[in-house]
Amino acid sequence: MSFLQRSRLFRSIVRHGLPDSVRNRALVTFTNFFLHIQPVKVRLRAMQFTRTFYLGGLSAACFFILVVTGVLLMFYYHPSVPRAYEDMKDLEFVVSSGVFLRNLHRWSAHAMVALVMLHMVRVFFAGAYRPPREFNWVIGVVLLLLTIGLSYTGYLLPWDQLAYWGVTVGTNMAAAVPVLGDQIRFLMLGGHGVNENALIRFYVLHCVVLPLALTVGIALHIWRVRKDGGLYLPPKG
Amino acid sequence: MSDPEKVLVPERTDDARAVKVRLAVVQDEERATVERTDEPECMSFPHLVLREWIAFLALSLGLVVLSLLVNAPLEEMANPEKTPNPSKAPWYFLGLQELLHYYPPLVAGVLLPGFVVLSLIVVPYFDINLRREAIWRGRSLPGALKVLIVTALISLFFIFSAAHPVWPIVVPTIFVGLLMALPAALGQRPAVLHWLATRSLPFYIFLWFLIVATALTAIGTLFRGPGWSFTLPWRDGIY
Repeated sequence: MSFLQRSRLFRSIVRHGLPDSVRNRALVTFTNFFLHIQPVKVRLRAMQFTRTFYLGGLSAACFFILVVTGVLLMFYYHPSVPRAYEDMKDLEFVVSSGVFLRNLHRWSAHAMVALVMLHMVRVFFAGAYRPPREFNWVIGVVLLLLTIGLSYTGYLLPWDQLAYWGVTVGTNMAAAVPVLGDQIRFLMLGGHGVNENALIRFYVLHCVVLPLALTVGIALHIWRVRKDGGLYLPPKG
Repeated sequence: MSDPEKVLVPERTDDARAVKVRLAVVQDEERATVERTDEPECMSFPHLVLREWIAFLALSLGLVVLSLLVNAPLEEMANPEKTPNPSKAPWYFLGLQELLHYYPPLVAGVLLPGFVVLSLIVVPYFDINLRREAIWRGRSLPGALKVLIVTALISLFFIFSAAHPVWPIVVPTIFVGLLMALPAALGQRPAVLHWLATRSLPFYIFLWFLIVATALTAIGTLFRGPGWSFTLPWRDGIY
């Protein structure tokens, strides 16, 4: 182990020793790209499970699972009619673990929507939305809308009855916007009804536009939490 | 500073080169909003990172087990000719779809959700009783009466403005109104009443929104069947 540690290759990747001292443990957080979003030290009060229930972190974890399973699903999916639905059947009967893959993506998506909502409720009742964090709350609302948007655009992709009519109901609501309603629906669907154009629009939004926006949004959200002094804790006393 | 003869005399001039000794005042490094704390802390690595890792594994395990046990729904291929009855949106939109039962699409699908999103955005800028001062100082019967009148007006609005009385909104409205009025009517003696009296107005508005949204979503998901008729999930199943 120590031989490995002293090797030039290892030292070029990790620039500190084993995390056996306070200094090295600080360096683990400090010098690691993935861990540096966290502070080196956290207050014990912020570590209590009931403080956050890890809801924000678990929302992000769901997003990670969704990206991994989503990319795998993209290998088996064609956004065209009727191929999209046939691909669902292929996932069920041809692809190894295809059903499991789709299940995991589907249930993680529902879990993410629920977790983001619960996260918002938790943050509200903790009073963490108040100044100076008010704009981060606004970013959080945008992230909730993006999450719902991601879930909803994904809802159409299997191209079954559930998908088709679920999206028809939703986009008909958009058509109720005064003056611009029909234009907005046309913009969403690329036509006057849910058809192949709608499928490709929802596909591109689901796989490219919204995940990118959400990634940037999450980064901004966490960055602002750090800049505001980490997790919100009520003043003591 | 041990030599008393050397005294610093500040000199004012426009030419910086003319000043022989310059004194620079450097502010101690401080973040604008982060306050130094003497609270007990611990190292993020390994204590926090380990907990997060366990939380991630627990979530993954839960989702994997769920995915092994329950299959994602897949119905027959989309058919524009064949409208299922009822046609339901995904669960997080069923609160809105339930509202469609009471209000025209412009109200249920555009105005109300737009209003909700707008309210959520302005909530931190909405500076009423934000600092958690008690709404009621001691007993205030006129105050309680005011809250109850507003509650009654909102309830009446939601009873008569819709095609059917919107009970999922009316009942939470009365409930939250009573919670707000209780400490003013009864005083703050038990700790619960004191707690209620010291909640902020945004707290009550958010609580109201949360109960309404949950009620509408639960009814839309579990209690609605063909033609959006009222069904019982244990008797008729979930549509």
